[in-house]
Amino acid sequence: MIRAVSTPAIEPVSLILQHYERDPGELLQILIEVQHALHWVPEEAVALVAAHLGVTRAHVRGVVGFYSFLSDAYLGEYVIYVSDNITDRMQGSEGFAKYLCSRLGVPLGQTRADGRVSVHFTSCTGMCDQGPALLVNTLPVTRVTRERLDKIMELITARTPVADWPAEYFEVSDNFRRSDVLFRRVFEPGEALQAAMRRAGDDTLKSIRFEESVDPASGVSWKRGADETLKELYRSDLRGRGGAGFKAAIKWETCRDIPSPERFVVCNADEGEPGTFKDRVLLSSYADMVFEGMTICGYVVGSSQGILYIRQEYWFLKQALEAVLQRRREAQLLGENILGTGFRFDIRIHWGAGAYICGMETALIESVEGRRGKPRKRWPLPVVAGVERRPTVVNNVETFAAAAMIALKGGAWFAGHGTQHSTGTKLFCVSGDCERPGIYEYPFGVSVREVLRDCGGLDAQAVQVSGPSGTTITRPEFRRVFAYEDLSTVGTVMVFGPKRDMFDMVRCYTHFFKHESCGLCTPCRVGTSLLAGLVDKVAEGKGSPMDLEDIQHISQLMTTTAHCGLGQTAPNHLMDSLVKFRGDWDKRMMVAEFAPAFDLDASLAEARQLTGRDDAAAHL
Amino acid sequence: MPDSKKTFQLDDREVPFREGQTIFDAAMAAGIFIPHLCHNPDFEPHSSCRLCTVIVNGRPFASCTQPAVAGQMVQSNTPELRDMRRMLTQMLFVEGNHNCPGCIKSGHCRLQATAYELGIPDNHYQQFFPLREVDASHPGIILDRDRCILCGLCVRISRSVDKKNVFAMTGRGIDTTIVVDSPSGLLVDSTVSVDDQAVLNCPVGALMLKRMAFDVPFGDRTYDQALYSEDSVARFQATEANRHG
Repeated sequence: MIRAVSTPAIEPVSLILQHYERDPGELLQILIEVQHALHWVPEEAVALVAAHLGVTRAHVRGVVGFYSFLSDAYLGEYVIYVSDNITDRMQGSEGFAKYLCSRLGVPLGQTRADGRVSVHFTSCTGMCDQGPALLVNTLPVTRVTRERLDKIMELITARTPVADWPAEYFEVSDNFRRSDVLFRRVFEPGEALQAAMRRAGDDTLKSIRFEESVDPASGVSWKRGADETLKELYRSDLRGRGGAGFKAAIKWETCRDIPSPERFVVCNADEGEPGTFKDRVLLSSYADMVFEGMTICGYVVGSSQGILYIRQEYWFLKQALEAVLQRRREAQLLGENILGTGFRFDIRIHWGAGAYICGMETALIESVEGRRGKPRKRWPLPVVAGVERRPTVVNNVETFAAAAMIALKGGAWFAGHGTQHSTGTKLFCVSGDCERPGIYEYPFGVSVREVLRDCGGLDAQAVQVSGPSGTTITRPEFRRVFAYEDLSTVGTVMVFGPKRDMFDMVRCYTHFFKHESCGLCTPCRVGTSLLAGLVDKVAEGKGSPMDLEDIQHISQLMTTTAHCGLGQTAPNHLMDSLVKFRGDWDKRMMVAEFAPAFDLDASLAEARQLTGRDDAAAHL
Repeated sequence: MPDSKKTFQLDDREVPFREGQTIFDAAMAAGIFIPHLCHNPDFEPHSSCRLCTVIVNGRPFASCTQPAVAGQMVQSNTPELRDMRRMLTQMLFVEGNHNCPGCIKSGHCRLQATAYELGIPDNHYQQFFPLREVDASHPGIILDRDRCILCGLCVRISRSVDKKNVFAMTGRGIDTTIVVDSPSGLLVDSTVSVDDQAVLNCPVGALMLKRMAFDVPFGDRTYDQALYSEDSVARFQATEANRHG
């Protein structure tokens, strides 16, 4: 790229480094601060950071190259990311991106020659209920309209700092449309933790001093209240809300029972699955409940360190989350002597930098340790050797929130809601073609139709459940229910109205997976690119039956041989679409059995340009 | 010592294994070849190329990292898995720029040998023709990223064996690429040397010593003398014999 523009001075890097220990685990956090300060990570910064942490420059370059929000090219004073979920597209995001680029005079993905601004697409920013959305210098702009874009461009032209822009641009609503037993009442900070500690049957917390409860045999610090709370978790039958549905109690108990001098409690707030935004709402309005769930987990498993791993798209929550943590420390709900029992636990926030793969727990742990978010080998599991190779519980934000309520009200209470195999309630993130997008809490067992009725989307032709890695549901299936025994879900419900071309969704998501594949394993790294290429070929009207056969074979290969869940589930939406919306494919198909992807005439364009010819003989 | 009581079923054979041994290692020790590219049994496994995928009790696993368990049923040499290994190899060919007839690694190259042995007639998929940098700055070593299959062996070996950390990966997904640790990003001012195991163990023609191109004539090269499977099993068994007497 052209480096004619003057870039910010490197000085802030030294200041940033002063705030960090010489711990390689801090690498990603340091690079995020450098990126925010300079709007790129120049080679001089790479050298300074590498020297400070005692890692190689290549390692630092490797981390910069991995995360979408870190850049080795200068991105300009104003960095605009246009959220690129299908729901954003349905609300006109592609046109808005073009409009921005043409009015600002900058090609997509490049920095304007004067260094003022650059415009990029980014994967879903978690604002699907109030899109289309942008991120401008890390802050979300919601409900984008052409008028709003015009105002924003004026502010950029006038070089008005983003901090001085009208606050309403950055307004993020919870849109909590329906609450049930978990989120109906106001949560009092500390109430669940006290309930957990009192489960021993004692009246006062003083009688259960933590140090007295060290198990002499194992040296593990846990005690009766913790044991009883774990029993309640078993009674609740709570299953992980991140989508996989693993039983939380088994995970916690396994972590507790592995001998180790330290354990970790990690809250997964990466929330990268397009169409998902419940963690945003939980951390905006129920952060105490989430942190309390983490603290209870620490108490049960015998851990003193909690980590909230949160996606950078939610940077706007940073101050509020830090304030909640500080308030909890002051209230003795975190820190060295929690509720006077001697139990020690604290939570630190660890930011991601734009990588869907980091929602995968082993990739998340790599990222927590400051490296590229590359999934680890299958064994050992994180619960055995996670953060710093110590036993680690990784649970979703919603799982911790539910655990807090279970500690407070008991497992039987929780299990009294939902279905036999899917207890409790679940948050649903509803977006797309409906009248009332937002968050809905339902007991498990609710049908697709009920959700559609409540959100005003009954005329839908399809619902994408659990995001692009999930399942496409059509009208005859709307009676199916959300539960682990039927439609297992992370809670994402994207509604597609009767006039939508479902092929557009497929095209959006094949490119999403191509962009988000970590590149570790062959089937996912190459397969996602091949699939995107084949879908584009069909989109251009050049698809043939042979291409569909290739799509099917590659999908099967990925499902069987990919290293992790990303590659294994990436073709799901394609497979569903080929069966359920074949019409949207067929209308684009060529009749021939085979059509070459290579366009001979188009490839002669360069020769025509060089020779200055454009006559008939210069064309095929 | 091998425990003769512990075995698992691999296709139609009973394969003995030691506690903690992977399916891959146990198979190779028993003389059964499982195709692989990112793995070199002399170094830690990585399970990224996925060629060594086998079906264990009905579920797929990378055999190079999957521990053997007594009594399990493992399928490896099935038509489905042979097809998948062919597809994975074709994918590796199309994502890079591999031109075997013009490559000086021809005959020593494991990607080429794998393709021959799996019976791959063509690349099938559309070529990506990526633009990748060639680094010929070093007097004794060339890094030709066109031929890199991103197995990560150089990264792992430079870190754990050479203790130098010369190589790392950057980029993501299809844009993943090898970076060199030096101020210029080139090999010339890095700490790499011609006797680095990381350089000598590149399975393809991405990292090569200069002026060695024709030390062995075409026709007499590693995989002209023996199939990849035969050579690989023989090397594995020789190493095992050294280690365990």
